Amino acid sequence: MSMTTETASAGFAARPGSSLERIRVRRLAKNFGALEVFRDVNFDLGEREIVTIVGPSGCGKTTLLRCIDGLLPVDEGEIWCGREQITEPIAGVAMVFQHFGLFPWKTVYDNVAYGLRMAGVSAAELAERVPQFIKLVGLGGFEHAYPWQMSGGMQQRCGLARALAIEPSVLLMDEPFAAVDAQTREILQFELLRIWETRPTSMIFVTHSIEEAVLMGDRVFVLKGRPSNIAKVVDIDLPRPRSRETLRAARFTELRELVWSTLMKEAREAEFHLER
Amino acid sequence: MSAVNEAPAGAATVGQRPTAAAKKDRPPIWQRSAFYRYGFLIVILLLWEILGPLVNPIFFSYPSKIAVAFVNLTLSGELIYYLLQSLQVLFYGLSFAIVIGIPLAVLMARVKPVDWALELPVNALYATPMVALVPILVLWFGIYMTAKIIVVFLFAVFPILINTYQGVRECDKNLLEVARSFRSSEWQTWKEVLLPFAVPYIAAGIRLAIGRGLVGMVIAEFYTTISGLGYMITRYANIFEMDKTFVPVILLMFLGVTLTALLKRLERRIAPWSRADT
Ligand SMILES: Nc1ncnc2c1ncn2[C@@H]1O[C@H](COP(=O)(O)OP(=O)(O)OP(=O)(O)O)[C@@H](O)[C@H]1O
Ligand SMILES: [Mg+2]
Repeated sequence: MSMTTETASAGFAARPGSSLERIRVRRLAKNFGALEVFRDVNFDLGEREIVTIVGPSGCGKTTLLRCIDGLLPVDEGEIWCGREQITEPIAGVAMVFQHFGLFPWKTVYDNVAYGLRMAGVSAAELAERVPQFIKLVGLGGFEHAYPWQMSGGMQQRCGLARALAIEPSVLLMDEPFAAVDAQTREILQFELLRIWETRPTSMIFVTHSIEEAVLMGDRVFVLKGRPSNIAKVVDIDLPRPRSRETLRAARFTELRELVWSTLMKEAREAEFHLER
Repeated sequence: MSAVNEAPAGAATVGQRPTAAAKKDRPPIWQRSAFYRYGFLIVILLLWEILGPLVNPIFFSYPSKIAVAFVNLTLSGELIYYLLQSLQVLFYGLSFAIVIGIPLAVLMARVKPVDWALELPVNALYATPMVALVPILVLWFGIYMTAKIIVVFLFAVFPILINTYQGVRECDKNLLEVARSFRSSEWQTWKEVLLPFAVPYIAAGIRLAIGRGLVGMVIAEFYTTISGLGYMITRYANIFEMDKTFVPVILLMFLGVTLTALLKRLERRIAPWSRADT
């Protein structure tokens, strides 16, 4: 029985040539009551790899990340982070939320310190480490500002610093820049790439923007609808470090079109899929 | 680089208070709220002063006479003496209401069985006119401090309990998920998320509790030993010294208004974000 499932899942999305995997997802299924969100999802996330996920609205991208973060119980299958099976939030995984999720009653400093404090880090060590991460995301000087005094871009910088501060081996990003304006979004994309170059972690990055998916990712997963699954994996062979130059490369345009046409095909099939 | 580009735009908003309206071009006096607020008060006092003396002094009094009584009662130390007794009862009653009401509310809001068990009794007691219980409580707990503190507690605890419960239940689900994602324990979640979120609700509850607590305090003092402002009222009313009867009444009014205003100010200090999203 288990043999057959092993072979059946042999075709899962693994990065070619990757030996170490940070996250291993096998035969994952999740339902909300009668709603089957996804079924039989299999993939590996490599060490220092960035996987970006695109897919139609409501196909379960946020749900997938919440499962991987241990926030939601899964109905079938397993999620592993190294040797640890994820059933609850674990120390090595941190999430950056679309809604920022900053505590309005805490200053930037206290928000960034939150994860570390929950992990039992001493105040002395906080005083040393927290300012580093505040500076890393470009918020130096705003330690004592409250979230409601800051722009959306600054708030998400703070959310990013909070996640980075616990030095996770895996970062989960749920449309982190969807709630900020286009210019800020672009700034933040390149900031994130810069930060990643200095401290590369594995990352799963959900986005609605095909351009962002191609710019950030080593691989792009295109999800298809209900119950959803990984319809296609596009390898992004653009060199790193990536910068604004990357956006002008012919290869970038090619890959963007490839992801776009895949997504459109899935979207059209979904649109003309008759409910029975 | 880009960080520096973006920062100044946000920097301008930091520390900027919306209340910093220009002081120069204030509207003419008949358009200002203060004019009507204090003007009306003065009119009332004037009418009272003029018409008051026309009534038999056995039943009524008027501002200037009350003011004289106030000064006399203050100088003799009598007013302070009874006020301190009342404040003591109020302080302990409210403190117990806060210390018991808030944790119990969070517990109810977070632990389903506790909620199921206590929902009915809490709502029933909240709906009961507490005044009806006072004679019974006096019978049970005697006529000294303990009984009065229990009465104030019972008057005050329900608004705190119910408001806190509401605040915790309405806590932002996203923030609770963030807390879980960063591996907060249940107790840390209380301390870091639920209680801070509920601060505006708790403050509103305490404001209501002060008003109800004052009522409870006076009623308890009517029923029990010779102490407090409530006793002062009954004593002077019984000997028809109306000017002296009005002094504690007005002091109580003043007490309620002052405590509530103080709390409002405190609330703005400790929960500035609640002002930000209104
Ligand atoms: N807690 C929940 N209970 C019931 N249904 C839910 C819950 N959370 C999400 N859903 C449903 O599951 C489906 C997937 O939701 P999800 O938020 O994961 O989609 P998404 O891909 O992130 O969408 P979007 O692109 O709009 O962010 C949706 O149909 C949604 O209505
Ligand atoms: Mg989503």
